[in-house]
Amino acid sequence: MKFLRMKPGHGEVLLTEGDPSVREDEERLVEAFRRQLDEGMWAAVPETESHSGRRQARMVKSYAEIPAEAERVIFFPRAAGG
Amino acid sequence: MVLALLVLAIVAAGLAAPVAVRAFERHRAQRKPRQARRRRELRDLGDPGRERRAEQRARELLRSCVNEEEWAMYRDLGFIRVFGRMTRKAGRDAGSSSAYAYLIYPHKPIVAYVAKTGRLLSEYCVEFPDLTGAISQSRLPDSDDVLAKWMALTGDEERLIRNANMHLPGRQVDPSRVRRDLWRLSEWERQRRGPLKAPRT
Repeated sequence: MKFLRMKPGHGEVLLTEGDPSVREDEERLVEAFRRQLDEGMWAAVPETESHSGRRQARMVKSYAEIPAEAERVIFFPRAAGG
Repeated sequence: MVLALLVLAIVAAGLAAPVAVRAFERHRAQRKPRQARRRRELRDLGDPGRERRAEQRARELLRSCVNEEEWAMYRDLGFIRVFGRMTRKAGRDAGSSSAYAYLIYPHKPIVAYVAKTGRLLSEYCVEFPDLTGAISQSRLPDSDDVLAKWMALTGDEERLIRNANMHLPGRQVDPSRVRRDLWRLSEWERQRRGPLKAPRT
């Protein structure tokens, strides 16, 4: 699983990656996830709806909400009224 | 006579030399901060290709997330349409196609409209400013801004709309431009569908 973050002037940046089934990797992923949310990021997992095939994103608010089959989580700044 | 002029010139040069050296040193001293400032400005401007490469990366990420039609729409028309799902979720319009849709433009408000008639409903002004450690730049590349809106709309439409500032159509995006874009979109979809087959008689 890869953690990507949108960054001004850079495009996406790879924060960390690892296999959630490996304990050390999971700890690192949990820590990175928490840090991003503390910095005010939103997290989304791109996915394909099973019955319609529609592409969409799943917003996740905790590490536990990340689907097991997710290959990447994208962090982006939280929305603010413009 | 010539010798006298030569001696005079040497004496004059000798007298003027210290003044010239002092003026040169003063000029150099004044130039130093100017040069340092210029160097700092050039460093701040950075690599001129950086923005372009960032946008290229952002486009690739967007392409990998949205479906083929949405990607083609963005590539060809410069915006993405996303159908709204709140009414369907509430069950008021269950079973039918979406009653409304959004147009997502890069770094412009999201425009909501009635899908069937094209009547403009509202503008949702929303930004994704990255303020962590940002000194000079907090603005995402265009395609990242579109992807952020797409993810937030398809993932949690209600939360995004709650965070946005809602305005009547025309506050920031010219309604005639939106109507023209809706027409471009319908033409684009018609062309993608291809010519309709004539019914057999």
